[in-house]
Amino acid sequence: MEKIKNLNKFTRTNIRAYGLIILAFIVLFPLQSTGIISNSISGQLVPICTYIVMAISLNLTVGFLGELSLGHAGFMSVGAFTGVITAICLQEVIPSAALRLLIAIIAGGIAAGVAGFLIGIPVLRLRGDYLAIVTLAFGEIIKNIINCLYVGVDSNGLHMSMTNAEALGMINGKLIINGPQGAVGITKIASFTAGILLILFALFIILNLVNSKSGRAVTAIRDNRIAAESVGISVTRYKLTAFIISAVLAGMAGALYAMNFSTIAAKKFDFNTSILILVFVVLGGMGNIVGSIVATALLYILPELLREYADYRMLIYAIVLILVMLLTNSEKAKQMRERFVYKWKKRLRKNNDQQEGLKNG
Amino acid sequence: MTFISNLINGISLGSVYAIIALGYTMVYGIAKMLNFAHGDVIMVGAYISFCVTTYLGFSPFVSVVISMIVCTILGIVIERLAYKPLRKASSLAVLITAIGVSYFLQNAALLIWGSAPKTFTSIVPFGSIALFNGQLIITAESIVTVLACILIMIALTLFTRKSKMGKGMRAVSEDKAAAELMGINVNVSISVTFAIGSALAAIAGVLLCSAYPVLIPTTGSMPGIKAFTAAVFGGIGSIPGAMLGGVLLGIIEIFSKSYISTNLSDAIVFAVLIIVLLIKPTGLLGKKITEKV
Repeated sequence: MEKIKNLNKFTRTNIRAYGLIILAFIVLFPLQSTGIISNSISGQLVPICTYIVMAISLNLTVGFLGELSLGHAGFMSVGAFTGVITAICLQEVIPSAALRLLIAIIAGGIAAGVAGFLIGIPVLRLRGDYLAIVTLAFGEIIKNIINCLYVGVDSNGLHMSMTNAEALGMINGKLIINGPQGAVGITKIASFTAGILLILFALFIILNLVNSKSGRAVTAIRDNRIAAESVGISVTRYKLTAFIISAVLAGMAGALYAMNFSTIAAKKFDFNTSILILVFVVLGGMGNIVGSIVATALLYILPELLREYADYRMLIYAIVLILVMLLTNSEKAKQMRERFVYKWKKRLRKNNDQQEGLKNG
Repeated sequence: MTFISNLINGISLGSVYAIIALGYTMVYGIAKMLNFAHGDVIMVGAYISFCVTTYLGFSPFVSVVISMIVCTILGIVIERLAYKPLRKASSLAVLITAIGVSYFLQNAALLIWGSAPKTFTSIVPFGSIALFNGQLIITAESIVTVLACILIMIALTLFTRKSKMGKGMRAVSEDKAAAELMGINVNVSISVTFAIGSALAAIAGVLLCSAYPVLIPTTGSMPGIKAFTAAVFGGIGSIPGAMLGGVLLGIIEIFSKSYISTNLSDAIVFAVLIIVLLIKPTGLLGKKITEKV
C-alpha cells in the first residue's frame, strides 16, 4: 500500500484503471462462461464494455479538451454501420470470427475518424454552447442519412442507394442496410473478451495521450485557450487531434456494439444515446477516467436492477440523476459537506491528540 | 400555388418553433443555461389541454388558459427545485440536471397518460379557407398559429422594453452582479423568465398538436431540439433572433420536405444550421463577443 502511495499520480491512475478492468474480467469471465450469471445480465456485458469505451473517449473531449459534445453517438453510429458492412462483406473471405471482428472494429474506427475530421473543422471555429449545437446537429444528420440508406452486396461488389432496396439493382445480392430498419442479418461475433480488450486498448491510448506532451497541451487549451495560444501551442492541431482520437475510439466501440446484435437501426444512436454517455462522463467526474468506468457500469446496471419496478424505473433513474447532480454541485450541499469534513477532521485530531497524550503520559 | 402553400405551411410551422425558441432563448439569456426540459414542458402543456377538453368538457379556449397556468407553475417549480441550487455550479452540471428533469417529465407523462397516442382535437373551431378556386388551401390552424406568434412577439418586445420587470430582466442578462447592486431581484427575474417561457411552451404545445394531432410522451422532444436549433440559428439570447430563426427553420424544413426529400428534411435543416454557424459563429442576430485575457 505504501508503495502505491509513493508512485506518481499518473502511474497510480494507470494501475487503478487497468487493474479495475482486468479484475472485472477475471471475476466475470468464469461466471459468464459457466453460465452462473443470468442470461439477461450476460447479454449486457458487451454493451457495458462498449459504453465504457464511449464514456472514456467522450471524457477526452469533454473532460480533457473541455468542449461539450452532444453528438458522440453519431461517431458510434458511423463506426457501427461501417463495421457491419465490413464484417458482412468479409464473411466468406475470412472464416475466423475473431479476425473479422478485429478488421470490422478497425474499419469502424477509421470511418468514424474521417467523420471526426470532417466535423472537427467546423467545430473548431466555434466556442462553448454553439459547439455543442453543431455536434448535436451532426449526430442528427448521421442518424437521418443512415435512416435513408440502403446498402447491399452481390458478386459485383457493394451497392448503395438513398431511395429504396429495389434501386440497388442487385442480382442475388445480400441486403446489409435496409433503410429505417437498419443493418440486418448480422452474425453475432462480439464477445466479452473482445469488449475487455477494446477497453484496455482505449485506456492505453487515452491514458498515454493524457500523460504525454500533447495531452498537457490539450489540458492547457482547456484551462485557458488564449494563454495556451500565446505560449505557442497550436490550438487547432491539438483540438483536432483530441477530437479525432475520441471519434476513432467511439467508432470502434460502435462496431463492437453492432456485432453483438443481429439487427441494429440508426435510431439506436440518437440524441438520447449521446446524452446518456455524457451523463456517464459527468457523473464519473470530468477528466477522471476511472470515474467514467465506474459510473458507466453502475448507471448501466441501475435500470436493470430496477426492473422489478418496471413502470417506475426510468422515473427513479431521472430522480436519482437530478438528486446526484444537486448533491454534488449545489452550494448548500458543498457547504454542508465542508462542515462535515471539518468536524470529522477536528474529531480525528482530538482523538489523535488524546492518544498521543496517553502515549506520552 | 404549391410554392405559396408550402411557404404558408413553412411559416406556420416556423411560428411554432419560434414560440418554443423564445422560451429557450430567454432562459439562456438570463440564466446562461440550456434548458433541455423545455421541450417536455410543451408536451405537458398539450396533455393538459387535451385532458381539459376531453375529460372535463371545457371549451378549447379555457383549456389553453388552464394549460398555460399549469405550465407556468410547473416552470417555476422546476426552476426553484432543480436549477436554483445550481446557480453557481458549472454549466455542464446544470445541463445534466435539465436532462434529468426532461427524463422525469417524459416518464411521469408515460405513467399518467400511458404510451398509447392520444388524438388531439384541434383547438381552432373554423375550417380551412380555399382561395383561387380551391387551388390554395390555408388551414385555420396556420392562420391562428401565425397570428399568435406575431401577438406574442409584440407583447414580449413591449414587455422587455417598457415594463419595469422586463427592463430588470434585460439588466440581469447583461450583468447579474451589477443588476443586483441596482436593487433588481435576480431570483424573481429568473423565475419570471421561466414562467413566461413555460407559458409560451404551453401555447406552442397546443398549437403544435392542433396541426399535428398525435400526442405521445415524447411529442415535445424533436420540436424541442429543433426550436433550440432555431434559437441558436437566430443567435441565442436574442428575442428577434429566436423569431427569425424559428420561421426560417420552419420554411427550410417544409421546403426540403416537399422539394428534396421527406426523409432527409431533418438532415438538411441541421446542415443549414452548421453552414450558418460557420459563416456567422454566433448566429444570425447574435452579439459578437470579443474575448479578453
